[in-house]
Amino acid sequence: MLLYALRRLIYLVPVAFGVSLLVFALVHLAPGDPISAIVPPDAPKEVVDKLKEYYGFDKPLPVQYGRWLLVTLSGDFGTSIGTGRPVAQEVGSAFGNTIILAIAACLLAFSLAVVLGTAAAYAKSRMVDRLVTSISLVGVSVPHFWLAIVLVIVFSVELGMLPPMGIGPENATGWRLDWPHIQHMILPTIALSVIPLGVMTRTVRSTIKEILSLEFVTALQAKGMNDRQILFHVLKNAAPVCLAVMGLQAGNLIGGSILIETVFAWPGTGFLLNSAIFRRDLPILQGTTLVLAFFFMVLNLTVDVIQTMVDPRIKRG
Amino acid sequence: MAIQSPSLDMTTAAAPAPVARPATRSYWQQVGRRLRRDPVTLVCGGILLLIVLAALGAPWLGLADPYKTSMLRRLYPIGSPNFPLGTDELGRDMLSRLIYGGRLSLFMGVTPVICALLIGGALGITAGFMGGRVNMLIMRIMDVFYAFPSVLLAISLSGAMGAGAENTLLALTLVFIPPICRVSESVTTQVRGFDFVDAARASGAGTLTIVRVHVLGNVLGPILVYATSLISVAIILAAGLSFLGLGVKPPEPEWGLMLNTLRQAIYVNPLLAALPGVMIFITSICFNLMSDGLRAAMDVKA
Repeated sequence: MLLYALRRLIYLVPVAFGVSLLVFALVHLAPGDPISAIVPPDAPKEVVDKLKEYYGFDKPLPVQYGRWLLVTLSGDFGTSIGTGRPVAQEVGSAFGNTIILAIAACLLAFSLAVVLGTAAAYAKSRMVDRLVTSISLVGVSVPHFWLAIVLVIVFSVELGMLPPMGIGPENATGWRLDWPHIQHMILPTIALSVIPLGVMTRTVRSTIKEILSLEFVTALQAKGMNDRQILFHVLKNAAPVCLAVMGLQAGNLIGGSILIETVFAWPGTGFLLNSAIFRRDLPILQGTTLVLAFFFMVLNLTVDVIQTMVDPRIKRG
Repeated sequence: MAIQSPSLDMTTAAAPAPVARPATRSYWQQVGRRLRRDPVTLVCGGILLLIVLAALGAPWLGLADPYKTSMLRRLYPIGSPNFPLGTDELGRDMLSRLIYGGRLSLFMGVTPVICALLIGGALGITAGFMGGRVNMLIMRIMDVFYAFPSVLLAISLSGAMGAGAENTLLALTLVFIPPICRVSESVTTQVRGFDFVDAARASGAGTLTIVRVHVLGNVLGPILVYATSLISVAIILAAGLSFLGLGVKPPEPEWGLMLNTLRQAIYVNPLLAALPGVMIFITSICFNLMSDGLRAAMDVKA
């Protein structure tokens, strides 16, 4: 078990190297060099050169990459071109806000999906199954940023019940556990949870349906177990597959919340990324992408390891 | 996955198969028959066809000019005389823009999937069939792209390259290559292990012949089904990029971009502001249901 986790961790190294190369390349995909993009066109050449030297853009690409990698590995993500603050600090505070929203959306989506999916798989009436299947279809088909706007229109503009944007009252930038802050969370959480809800409901339903058709269920029934005891066995068998999909969905939710964060002006990584793109603040773009990709990689690894722990039948090579 | 013997497959009719073709229908004929009998697929196909035809034939539908602005008639509500779906924030006819918008929105969603299908499919089949080092090389490169959540990858790439339709197409294609490659690789590896491939090799068939006749016929189905399931994701993602201002540039009519520019109108005319999203929603639901129908008709497991 430990050996497996270790092997997976070692395997992460070449992938992480590739990821760093790709993130580094992001800056050089941009037309023009990163400095000319932010200084006024009539800036004196010495100033531009000095800035280039300061940010290291005057060196050849492989040297730039090597330097960037070393500096980044030591935990220094550079300084934001837009605000002049350290990238690590900006990304760090934004990351916390994104995680809070992601956890809320995951809790909502996953718990609802398990209930709905199980109900549909067990349903005797076709109505229940149809209804649940439709909910999951809507979940995977609805453009979630549009749903976000619709939620704002209904609950903020028309009903005036919930705030349309921000993380808390009066330009708050951090999250606290109190009612006004939770009020600000409700709409973004719902909008963010529709995709994982749709995907997970589908997964739970089909996995449980498949397990229910297996012979061991019949054997348990023959032994005289009641439905509730059997459900426990079914859920235990469905857990590994569902966990894997949940992990992937959680990761996608954190990386994919940019549209929702933009609609609700939620000060998370997505919002930061979006504003960095429009300010052409490439260090922030790099830093945010790198942090999110690494988080995603570690999350996937963790889910894989947990999956092997939950289901000893899975043999990993 | 439906494994058909190559001799029953229409696309491989040229196979040197000595077995006399039975009078039953070929696999693809069966698929077509099942699709024609599936009401959900038919309705969705019909709706999509309507949207596509209207978008392509928009200039001949007698619609108002989708670019003509007027400061005097901004944000007319739905149901105004001459403007059945109202006007947008610059006084342009909404009905016309929604219909014209189908052109770019569909193009931006479907094209990346087709490009990724060609590139990712070719890479995946190569990796699966060749195995060994080639497989290692291709799949490890794909792993790097897999380390990014797909939305993040699309946004970072097109954000770095700058706004514009071409960059969006490029970024989305890059996003969809790895998943298609992975699916292609896994089905090809499966098919490669079957006896008929060994038999073909033993009877002297070259690599290209084996791939063309025995592998392609058996892997195309699952790959195609998977690719169609990505179209709705691609449409939403493309619209999302335009919504962020990273995709199509104004004043082009495109659903995602329209949703963005109309956001300022949610306090004045909320129903109108939500209209472009309805179009994205309908298109995406139809593509999803059609993909499900195709999966069932082709008997491909998820």
